[in-house]
Amino acid sequence: MSTQLEPGAIPGRKTARKGGANKEVGQDRKEKTQGRAASLLVAPTLIVLAIVILYPVLNAVYMSFQQDEGLDPVTGSFVAGGFAGFANYIHWLFQQCETPTGPASCPPGTLGAQFWSATGVTFFFTVVTVFFETVLGFWMAVIMARAFRGRTVLRAAVLVPWAIPTAVTAKLWFFIFAFDGIANSVFQTDILWTGSQGPAQAAIIIADVWKTTPFMALLILAGLQMIPAEVYEAAKVDGASAWQRFRLITLPLVKPALMVAILFRTLDALRMYDLPAIMTNGANGTTTLSILVVQQIRVGFNAAAALSTITFLIIFIVAFIFVRFLGANAVESASGGAKGKMK
Amino acid sequence: MSTTTSTVASHTAAAKSVARRRETWASARTYISAAVIVIWCLLPVYWMIVTAFREVGYTYDSAPFFTHVTLDNFKTAFSSEMGNHLDRALLNSLFIAGVTTIVALIFGVFTAYALARLTFRGKYLVLGVILGASMFPGVAIVTPLFQLFGNIGWIGTYQALIIPNISFVLPLTVYTLTSFFREMPWELEEAARIDGCTQGQAFRRIIMPLAAPAVFTTAILAFIAAWNEYLIASILSNDATQTVTVAIARFAGAEPHQEPYTAVMAAGTVVTIPLVILVLIFQRKIVAGLTAGAVK
Repeated sequence: MSTQLEPGAIPGRKTARKGGANKEVGQDRKEKTQGRAASLLVAPTLIVLAIVILYPVLNAVYMSFQQDEGLDPVTGSFVAGGFAGFANYIHWLFQQCETPTGPASCPPGTLGAQFWSATGVTFFFTVVTVFFETVLGFWMAVIMARAFRGRTVLRAAVLVPWAIPTAVTAKLWFFIFAFDGIANSVFQTDILWTGSQGPAQAAIIIADVWKTTPFMALLILAGLQMIPAEVYEAAKVDGASAWQRFRLITLPLVKPALMVAILFRTLDALRMYDLPAIMTNGANGTTTLSILVVQQIRVGFNAAAALSTITFLIIFIVAFIFVRFLGANAVESASGGAKGKMK
Repeated sequence: MSTTTSTVASHTAAAKSVARRRETWASARTYISAAVIVIWCLLPVYWMIVTAFREVGYTYDSAPFFTHVTLDNFKTAFSSEMGNHLDRALLNSLFIAGVTTIVALIFGVFTAYALARLTFRGKYLVLGVILGASMFPGVAIVTPLFQLFGNIGWIGTYQALIIPNISFVLPLTVYTLTSFFREMPWELEEAARIDGCTQGQAFRRIIMPLAAPAVFTTAILAFIAAWNEYLIASILSNDATQTVTVAIARFAGAEPHQEPYTAVMAAGTVVTIPLVILVLIFQRKIVAGLTAGAVK
């Protein structure tokens, strides 16, 4: 398969190498000759992504402006679909429902009344899990970066929670936190872990931290390993304490990798679904935005499409803030930019 | 004169022993921390396996080692009378994750080559688009797909599960491969050409063996990502096409209103062990692949 396309790309590169005398002209010619090969190689992926992501998303945006078909709660007659304007968005953002006396705030317990609480829960889970995962992940990374016998065992062990499917993780921790389960028996407590808000949220957070801290630790470890050892030696010679070395060398130098890791984890946590869906099915203050969308799909998918669009926008805004204001440059580090060259 | 030298000597000896003691203490601390991490990561998995082999009547036994050992839970997990069909779910997952991985690799290899090796305008935009795509929330595409696939009768078909999986596996494949390809010694290819290899020979003898480990590692990562997917499968599958993650989430036991923990743990063990073995064998490569996209 690859033999057919590869040769096309190689001559392009060779021409480019020859044009190295005048750098700017060479660069220009390089872009032109390699551009065609590149677009041949890149286009299929972009087309596939357009089909599997862009098309559904545009479809969702279109759907979000349509009325859900169904029976009118007041008259019992069939309500046809059709253009709905921003009705679906107003339904979620202002928690407005149709009632016999016109629009009013959705009765508690209905899906429509849960948008802001679900947003709150989602952000709560995100902030708490990412915080613990960063702190614990940093600690794990520092340990893993040290040279000692048995380091391979440690690195292999850390990969185990990462490899386990989240659905299995959810069932496993659900069992650990069962009323007669091992958590209560070890700690001599009788907490109904998934039965009330605080413990249910704690159980989900613990399961998530267990599952994803290793990933965070490995990303941070990769960042730590790019810091040259000589920098530490020089600082030691200059009499810097361990804390000073950590604060003035490790932290600033690992920051780009750390920010990217936090960005990845934050965006991932904002779409959290598997753990709460399986452990509590959203009961007791664990309904995240993703869970709310899925519950709404069963009731009416145009309203669900509006909610999924809102969810997508929230995640997009968070990503934008990270990249723009917090300096998490995922593209640059992924493309081997200036930060990646520090070896 | 001699007294001063001896005091100096004893001083340095004392300093040395202090330093040595400090070093021993530091290495002891490292080992203790490492042990804590290993136990924290493995204990829940150990507990899953212990429970998987325990008789149903002793589900909540808190003995920390293997007691009341039985294989019944595995029978329950695979039992079709209870509607669990773990065997069918395993085949479904294998097929869906396998096809997803192959499709993602076929497209991903070319794109990653271009991104790693060629200079072209809009390269950063493409990288940004692909990274952005991998961060996409699953619910944002599952909602319209539920309606679209419903309209054309695709709910419960394999393609309905494979197509959305590609949306997150393909970006993952592209950026992992891109960073791998960037690290490869491509000069060797040119050297081979100078030494008289044809383009095809250079590709076959030099590039393929060099790229194979990168492609293989990426395949493992892609496969694990697809294998572990739950949200899309839980909405777009039916009983016949449900994947292992969905099957485990909906497990039934002998008692209708009782969570069949031991059978679930048995199923969890069956699903997890192959992954864990895979991960342990290719540990070094997987770590490189996981972090490649993000840091290098």
